[in-house]
Amino acid sequence: MPVLSPSSRRWLLPEGIEDVLPQEACRLEMLRRRLLDLFRAHGYELVQPPLLEYLDSLLTGTGRDMDLRTVKLVDQLSGRSMGVRADITPQVARIDAHLLNRPGVTRLCYCGSVLHAVPAGLSATREPLQIGAELYGYGGIEADVDILRLLAAALAAAGVPSPRLDVGHVGLFRALTARAGIHAELEEELFGVLEAKDVPTLRELVAGVAEPVRSALLALPECYGGVEALDVAAQALPADPEISAALDELRFLARVPNGVPVGFDLADLRGYHYHSGVVFAAYSGAHPGAIALGGRYDHVGAAFGRGRAATGFSMDLRAVAGLVDMPARELAIAAPRLVDAALEEAVAVLRSQGEVVIVALSTHEDVHAQEGCDRRLERRDGRWVVVPIQGE
Amino acid sequence: MNGITLALSKGRIFDETLPLLAAAGIEPTDDPETSRKLILGTNRDDVRLVIVRASDVPTYVQYGAADLGIAGKDVLLEHGGAGLYQPLDLRIARCRLCVAAPVGFDYAAAVRQGARLRVATKYIHTAREHFAAKGVHVDLIKLYGSMELAPLVGLADAIVDLVSSGGTLRANNLQEVEEIMPISSRLIVNQAALKLKRALLQPLLDAFAGAVAGAAA
Repeated sequence: MPVLSPSSRRWLLPEGIEDVLPQEACRLEMLRRRLLDLFRAHGYELVQPPLLEYLDSLLTGTGRDMDLRTVKLVDQLSGRSMGVRADITPQVARIDAHLLNRPGVTRLCYCGSVLHAVPAGLSATREPLQIGAELYGYGGIEADVDILRLLAAALAAAGVPSPRLDVGHVGLFRALTARAGIHAELEEELFGVLEAKDVPTLRELVAGVAEPVRSALLALPECYGGVEALDVAAQALPADPEISAALDELRFLARVPNGVPVGFDLADLRGYHYHSGVVFAAYSGAHPGAIALGGRYDHVGAAFGRGRAATGFSMDLRAVAGLVDMPARELAIAAPRLVDAALEEAVAVLRSQGEVVIVALSTHEDVHAQEGCDRRLERRDGRWVVVPIQGE
Repeated sequence: MNGITLALSKGRIFDETLPLLAAAGIEPTDDPETSRKLILGTNRDDVRLVIVRASDVPTYVQYGAADLGIAGKDVLLEHGGAGLYQPLDLRIARCRLCVAAPVGFDYAAAVRQGARLRVATKYIHTAREHFAAKGVHVDLIKLYGSMELAPLVGLADAIVDLVSSGGTLRANNLQEVEEIMPISSRLIVNQAALKLKRALLQPLLDAFAGAVAGAAA
C-alpha cells in the first residue's frame, strides 16, 4: 500500500462515514420532522438515549451480531468498557423498563445516529440515522397492529414508492425446535439456513430430527406469499397450541387494512436474535433490501429489572431519503439590503409564512444573482412586493 | 427493470443452465461465446440474461442488479451469502473442492504434527474454515489462477482448488489428498425481488425445480 501523504488527503473521512451536504440534509430533516410529527400524533413520545453506554448494559440480551457490530472504547473516568450504540431499540427498552417504570402501555419513539463497526447488509454507511417507534406493556396482537399501521403510515408519509410489508413469526420456529428438543448450536444453524431459504443445507441439517418437526422445518421455506401461505402452513405444521396461536395472529394481521399490501414469509426470522413473536419487514420496488425492520421482542427489558411485552419497528432514514422523490431545495426570495422599516416588516412577514428570504449584505450586491432564488422583493408604488426573477 | 434479470457466468455454467431455461420456456437469442454483448436477450421480452464473472454473480444478485443468479457453491461460500436466498441446488457444474499436494508429499504427517502449512488458494475463506476445523495452522496465500503452479515452484506446500477430472493435477505431478466438499451450482434470489416480483419469479423457480428433479430421477 502506498503511504498517503497526510497533507493531500486531509479531507478523507473514514470508510463508510460521510458528510451530509445541504440538499441531502434538507431532505433528511424534512423527512425526520414529518415522521416524528406523525409518531407524536399517534401518541408516541420522543426519547433521546445517549450515544454511548457501558457495554454491560448496551449489549444485554441482544445477541452476538450486535456485539460484533458495536464500536468499543474505554471510559477514562471509570476504566470500564463502553460501546457506541449500534441499535437504539435496546436503549429504549432499558428506558421503559428502568426509568419510566409506568404500569400501563408506554409508546416511545426516537431518531438518532448509530455507529456500525462494519456496514450492515447492503448499506455502505457505517453511520445510519435510525428512526423508529416502540410500544411496551401490551402482549396482545392489537399492539402489533398499532405498530404495523404506524409503519404503513410512515411509509406513506415519507413517500416511499410501491411499499410492501412482509410478515413472519419467530414463534413458529421456536415452537418447532422446542418440541423436537433441538440443542442451541443446531438451532443457530437452522436459523441461518432458514433465513437464506437454503433448502439443500436445511435438508442435511434436519436429517437427524424426529418427525413431525422434520417435515415441518422443511416446509417453512415454502410458506411464503399471500394469505394462502398461512393455509399451506396450517396443513404442513403439526397441531400445537403455540403454532396455531401464531398462525391466528398472522391471519389477524392479514385482515388489518393499512393501505399497504401485506405478504407472509414464515422462514423469515430476521432480527438481532432478540425477537420473540411477529416479525416484519418493509420493502420498496426501488430498493434491493428491506427498508424497515420490526417485530415483537418481549422481555428484553428483563435484564434491567422489568421484562415487558414489547413491539416496534425502525428504519434507516438515510436509506429512505434516497428512495423518495422530494424537492431537494426550496427556492428562496432575494431581498435588498435592509434600508427601511417597511422592507424589514415585509421580510419578517414572508419568513413567518415559511418562505426563505435571503437579504443582501451590501447595497452593491446584485440580488438577481443570488443563488437558489426564483423571486425577489421589489418596491413598487411605495410597497414591497414579491416579483419573479426572469431568466437572463 | 420490470422483467426478470438472471446473472450467470459463461462456459460450463451457461451451457448446463440452457436445458433448465428451456424447461421454463426460455431460450437466449445470443450465444455468449460468439457475441460480445454482456446483456443477452431471450425469446421472452420480460427475461434477460447478464453475463458476469462467476465470482461476481452473488454480488449482482445481492444488490438487486439481477433478480436471480446461478453460482457455484464454492463462490457462495467465499461470498458469505449475506442478503441472498439460496432455495435450489441445480445439480449442474458439479465438481469437488479439494486439497491437493505434490505426489510424494506426506500430507497426513504434515497435518497430524500440527506443523504450519502453506496453502495457496483462491478460496481464502473456505480454506481458513476447513483447516481451522481440523485444528491445523495455515498460512494462506491468495492467488487468482494457476494454483497448480504454486507447490511446483515452492510458493506453497499444498493448494485448495476445484477438481473436476483431475487432469490438470496429474499433468503437474500433484494429487488430491483430501476432499473438502462436493460442489454444484445453486440458484440464488435477491430477497426483495422474491417479495416484490413473486408472480414472475415463482413459475421460473417451479420450472427449474421440476427440471432438476426430472434430471435426478
